[in-house]
Amino acid sequence: MTERMISCSAAICEALTEEMARDEAIFIIGEDLVAHGGIFGQFRGLPERFPGRLIDTPISESCIVGAGLGAALTGMRPLVDMHFADFVTCAMDEIVNQTAKIRYMFGGQVKVPLVIWAPDGAGLSAAAHHSQSLESWFVHTPGLKVVVPSEPADVKGLLKAAIRDDDPVIFFQHKKLFAREGPVPEGEHIVPLGKAAVKRPGGSVTILTYGSGFYMSMEAANELAGMGIEAEVIDLRTLKPLDFGTIADSIKKTNRAVVVHEACLSGGFGAEVSARINSELFDYLDAPVLRVAAKDVPIPFSPRLENFVLPKAEDVISAVRQVVYR
Amino acid sequence: MTSRIDNKRCLKMYEQMLTIRRFEEKAIELFEHNLIRGNIHPCIGQEAVSVGACSPLRRDDFMVNTHRGHGNCIAKGADLKLMMAELFGKSTGYCKGKGGSMHIADFEGGNLGANGIVGGGLPIAVGAGIGIQNRGTDQVAVCFFGDGATNQGTFHESLNLAALWKLPVIFVCENNLYGLSTPVRESISVVNISDRAMAYGIPGMSIDGNDIIAMHTKMTEAVDRARAGEGPTLLDCITYRFFGHFTGDPGKGITYRSKEEMGQWLERCPIKRFRERLIKEKRITEKTEKTMEADVKASIEEAVQFAKESPLPLPEEALQDLFH
Repeated sequence: MTERMISCSAAICEALTEEMARDEAIFIIGEDLVAHGGIFGQFRGLPERFPGRLIDTPISESCIVGAGLGAALTGMRPLVDMHFADFVTCAMDEIVNQTAKIRYMFGGQVKVPLVIWAPDGAGLSAAAHHSQSLESWFVHTPGLKVVVPSEPADVKGLLKAAIRDDDPVIFFQHKKLFAREGPVPEGEHIVPLGKAAVKRPGGSVTILTYGSGFYMSMEAANELAGMGIEAEVIDLRTLKPLDFGTIADSIKKTNRAVVVHEACLSGGFGAEVSARINSELFDYLDAPVLRVAAKDVPIPFSPRLENFVLPKAEDVISAVRQVVYR
Repeated sequence: MTSRIDNKRCLKMYEQMLTIRRFEEKAIELFEHNLIRGNIHPCIGQEAVSVGACSPLRRDDFMVNTHRGHGNCIAKGADLKLMMAELFGKSTGYCKGKGGSMHIADFEGGNLGANGIVGGGLPIAVGAGIGIQNRGTDQVAVCFFGDGATNQGTFHESLNLAALWKLPVIFVCENNLYGLSTPVRESISVVNISDRAMAYGIPGMSIDGNDIIAMHTKMTEAVDRARAGEGPTLLDCITYRFFGHFTGDPGKGITYRSKEEMGQWLERCPIKRFRERLIKEKRITEKTEKTMEADVKASIEEAVQFAKESPLPLPEEALQDLFH
């Protein structure tokens, strides 16, 4: 296997091309897939390569997700394209009451091999209805696996793992990161669900992050290194099931933690991670766990306003300096 | 006339209707004795819809169900013992006690499960239809839902999509004239629910849902269309639930339905009507009827016995079956 630099978008395409060639039960269903190769061009080339297996739908999000579920229950392995993660609200019953509950509620009779692919995130002046990061809603819904990759290699490896998984996976991918490039192994490259990755080793503090927060955290970590503070950056990658073992190992070493995400602060995933660290690792902590997150308002349109609301590397630096008391 | 339907099938349909009726009566009794907890939404009065809609189906056809779904489960071939055990919350039930009365599924029998959300099943049936079309088999998916569901967005999204792609889905509306306490005349903008089929360019018809022969005949046509790749049908099956919305409904729904109305519908009891017809056409003898009643009773007693003797789940089983 060789590594080459490709974008997150290309990584999606590569994962899907490989998986769809491998398994005929896989199809993609959603809005504007064929003519545009997806609203962001993320599926470009797939409609020609797999005719009939990218299904354009009317704008009917409830039915799209519910139909994906029905197909998954009857032998197919669909990937539902949510168009924008914000549109999950139109399909909340299908995701929360149906997809998440069916296996459990029916006593484990059936598998639900469904991937809900949802492009999320802000930073593109897309305003309040096209910019949200909603992952914590689904972490709070037992029965769903929640994946939020950052780097292209993880996009490929996690998407392949999600497609092969027999449980429903909601897969959030940040829109602003589509063009972001990174080394990606060719061919079979699987990143198992439920495994975090230590992406930058360090002994001074543990930064726990995912999605766009990862790049913010790496930028901060590089600046902090100049101040003699070595941050260990952990990319959680899968929020549910959460790899708490990797988190614990790091905090036992650093005794400090900062959680970084783009989603707004209150009730965000950082609250869950922080609570768990406090209850399970209290004796190891030398400082309170801090959170870096967006402010608790809808995402505003004007770039100046949006920039003010979103967390930045400087916020990560300031939080880290607080917990290391420097 | 029942003459076009062979005797064996007629008697089987009659027996299934009786089974549903007796199962529901027993479930209500057990609920009143606190042996079944939660609540039950009995389908007494709607048996002809369940049986007529499922009689043309094969075991490998799919069915999506509602909260008032015991009858549809039985008509699709569910095991009474596993159903009753589920109602008792026992670990031997269809869903190991995790679903209860409102959520029985039997995936091996093509029963994709009952939904507690009004209109929640329609998109799932569409998805089953997509799967069938994709695999190129001649299976069909039958979607049960109530009159109330036809005001949900999922109804309209699902009919549109199924019509657009000519999916092998039959939409069977169990129109019992009330969404909980709200009458259809106060909640639906058209005279007949079947009129809504027009908006999606598919056949729709309103049927006397208490006439098993009409149900069976119209359903057979709809299933044949679907199997032939001609797309979905909407059947508006007009019926009545004798026991109100659920076991907690005061006076079987007397707060929103008049005594006269309830009395009139009792006269139109689907089992009574079918029985009279079978007797008139000399398709059933007193002896056959007696044997059938005894068999049905025995199978329900056996189910109750099985449920009673089955173990309760261990508390920790609540943590199983979430993921593979």
